[in-house]
Amino acid sequence: MRQTASDAKPDAPRRRRRRLSLSTREALWAYAFLLLPLAFYGFLRIYPAIQSFNLSLHRWHVDPAQRTYLGLSYYREMLTDPKLHQALRNTLLYAAIVVPAQLVLGLTIAVLLNAVRRLRPLFRAIYFSPYVTPAAAVAWVWGWMYSVNFGVFNSALLAWSDFVSGLGLPWLSIPAQPFLNDPRQALPAVAAVVVWQQLGFQVVIFLAGLQGIPRTFYDAAAIDGAGAAQRFRYVTLPLLNPVMVFSVIISTIATLQLFDQVVNINFTDQGGPLGSTLSIAVYMYQVAFSRFQIGYASAVTVLLFVLILIVTLVQLRVLQRRVEY
Amino acid sequence: MKRAILGLALLAMLGAAFAQKTTITYWQYAYDTRVNAMDQLIAQFEQANPDITVKQETFPYDGYQQQVAASLPAGQGADVVQLYYGWLDTWMNAGYVKPLPSQYFDTAALDKEFIPMAQAAKRGGEYYGLPTAVRSLALFYNKDMFQAAGIQGPPRTWDEFVADAKALTKRSGSRLTQEGYGFAPNGQGHNLLREVLIRQYGGQPYSADGTKVAYNDEAGLKAFEFYTGLVTTDKVAELNFVPGDNGYRDGFGQIGNIAMIVDGSFAIGSVKAAAQFDWGVAELPTLANGVRSDFGSFWMNGLTPNAFKDPARLEAASKFLQFVTSESAMKLWLNVVGELPARASLVADPTLSSDPVYGPFIKSLAYSHATQFVDETAQRQVFMDAVNRVILQNQDPAASWAQAAKEEQAVLDKAHGM
Repeated sequence: MRQTASDAKPDAPRRRRRRLSLSTREALWAYAFLLLPLAFYGFLRIYPAIQSFNLSLHRWHVDPAQRTYLGLSYYREMLTDPKLHQALRNTLLYAAIVVPAQLVLGLTIAVLLNAVRRLRPLFRAIYFSPYVTPAAAVAWVWGWMYSVNFGVFNSALLAWSDFVSGLGLPWLSIPAQPFLNDPRQALPAVAAVVVWQQLGFQVVIFLAGLQGIPRTFYDAAAIDGAGAAQRFRYVTLPLLNPVMVFSVIISTIATLQLFDQVVNINFTDQGGPLGSTLSIAVYMYQVAFSRFQIGYASAVTVLLFVLILIVTLVQLRVLQRRVEY
Repeated sequence: MKRAILGLALLAMLGAAFAQKTTITYWQYAYDTRVNAMDQLIAQFEQANPDITVKQETFPYDGYQQQVAASLPAGQGADVVQLYYGWLDTWMNAGYVKPLPSQYFDTAALDKEFIPMAQAAKRGGEYYGLPTAVRSLALFYNKDMFQAAGIQGPPRTWDEFVADAKALTKRSGSRLTQEGYGFAPNGQGHNLLREVLIRQYGGQPYSADGTKVAYNDEAGLKAFEFYTGLVTTDKVAELNFVPGDNGYRDGFGQIGNIAMIVDGSFAIGSVKAAAQFDWGVAELPTLANGVRSDFGSFWMNGLTPNAFKDPARLEAASKFLQFVTSESAMKLWLNVVGELPARASLVADPTLSSDPVYGPFIKSLAYSHATQFVDETAQRQVFMDAVNRVILQNQDPAASWAQAAKEEQAVLDKAHGM
C-alpha cells in the first residue's frame, strides 16, 4: 500500500468532502442556463398577464392615481353585454368550423403528398406559401375576391351560370352571392380564408408524422391481408394520434385568438356586418383602443384566457391516446 | 489630469447647450399633404424660436389611437397631439389631453376669433385644443359623366339628385357597373344622415344638452327612409360597391365608376391627384323647403400630460400650439393641404368663397354643425347597423330606426354616467 498523506496521521478521521454527484451538477448547470429565458418569459408574458388581471378590476385612467377600484363590476357587466355574447358565439363557431376543416384537409393533402415521389418539395412549398404570407395582405386580397360586383368568385359563378344556361340546364346555375355583405355568409367566408391560410402548416406537420410511421407496420398489415383503407384506419390514424392532438390544440388556440383576418377583410365595418364576424379579440381591441375602456377590455382578455385554458385542458384529456404496437 | 478637466468642461458646455434647448414632440396621423404642411410650419417656428426644437412623428391612421393609448400611459409620446374632435370625450376621460393652460390661452378671446364650430373643442367652458383647419361636406360630381348623360349642372334638390343618380347608374345583367351615388354609411354617410338629412326634414339629432336622442320621430324616420331608400327603392347605390376602406372615394376618383359622392374637404387633395376626368364640387342639395344644413368637423391640436411635466416644456408646447393655429399657419395649411381655415377672419375672405372648389365648402361653414360625439366609434356603429339591418336583413325602417335610437341612448347614458 502506498503511503498517503492521511496515513501520516493515523488518528485523524478521514474527512469526506460533501460533493454533489455528476448528474446533480449537470442538472444545476441546466437550471442556470434555463433561468435566463425563464426570467425573460416571466417578465414579458406572465407579468403582463397578471397586470391585465389587475387592470380589469379598475376603471382606467392614464394617471395611476385616478384609477378607481371597481372590484368585479366589469365581470358583472360582461354578463349583460350582447356584443360580447355575439363575439363569444362567433369565436366558438370559428373554432368549430376551422379546426375540423384544417384537420381533414391537412391530413388528406398530406396523405396524397406522401404518395408522391417526384416534385414533393415543390408541392410542399406551394401548400406552405399561404402560411408565410402576411395575414393582412391575404385578407385584403380575399376581401376583393369576395366583392359582389368585382370579385373573382362571383365572376366565376356568373360564368358558370352562363355556361349551364347555354347547355340548356338553367337549374344548375348558381346566382351571385353576397358573401361578406350578408350576415349569414360572412362568418363562413372568413373561416374559409383562415383555413386556406393555415392549411400549409397542417400539411407539413402531418407529412412529418406520416414519415415517422415505420414501413414495417404497413408491411405486416399487408401480409395479414389488410386493404388500403384498413391500413389507413388501423395503422396510420392511431399512430398519427400525437400529431393530430398537436394539430387540434394548436389550431384551436390560434382560432380562438382570431384577429388579423377579421379586422382586415371588412375594413369599413370590422367585425361586421352587424357583428356577424366579430371575434373576442377584435371586440377587445375595439373596446381598448377605439373607446379607451382599457379596464373592461382587460376583463375580456381574462375571459379569453380562461376559455382557451378550459378548451385546451378538455382537448388534452379527451383526445390523447397512447398507442403502442 | 488636464485631459479630465478638459473633458469635464466640454461635457458641461454640451450639457448647458442641451439644457437651453427644449424639445417637444408633435404627433399626427400620416397623410402626405398634412405632414408636408406641418414640416414647413415647424421650420418656420424653429427659426422664430431658436431655443425650441419640435419633432414630428406620424403614424398610420388605423393605428393612431392605439399608439396614443400605448405610449401616453408610459409617459412617452407627444407633448402636442392632434386628435379628431369627436374623440375628445374618450381621450379626456382617459386623461390623454388636458385643458389648455389659462396663462397662454384666453378662452373669451378664442371664442371670438374662431368660427362657431370650434366650440366643440370645449368641455366645461375650457378649450381642450384648437383646430388648424376645419372641414365640411359637399357634393363631388363627375362632370364628364354628367355631360355624357345630358345633365346640365349639379343637382340642387334631393329630387334632382335621385333623378340624376338614376340616369347615371349602369348595370350589366345583374351586376352594377356604375353607381350613381357612392353610398358609404361608414364614411361620411352617417354624418350626412345625422347632421344634414335629419335637420333638413325638420328634426334634430340630439336634445339641446346632448343627453337625449331626439331623432326617433317622424322627421328623423323620413330622413332615414330617404337615405336607405337610395339603395332599396331608388337602386342608385349598393353597399361596399368598391371594397376597401374609403372605397367610395377610390371609386369616384381613381376608378371613375361612381358619379357622385358626398365627402369632406379633406378629400380634395386625393380627388385632385387621382381624377383623370373633369370634376366639380357643389353645396349639398336641399329639400323643397330650401333648409340648408351641413356636417362640420375638425382635427384639433391638444396638449398631453407630457407637456405639463415642467414649465419650460409647457411654454414651448403652448407657443407651438399658438403658432400652428395662427392666421399665417392656416393660410399655409389651406394652400398645401386644402383644408378650410378655422379663424373667422379668414373665412370671410371673398376670394375663398368664390373659388370653384373651396367655395361650396366655405359657404357651408355658415350652416355647419359639429356633432358633440361622446363615443364616435360607437355612435357611428349604431347608424351603420341601422342601415345594414334595413338593406341586408330587409327589416322595416321604422323598427330599425327605433332600435338605433335605443342603442344610441344607451351609449349616451353610459357616457354621462347615468
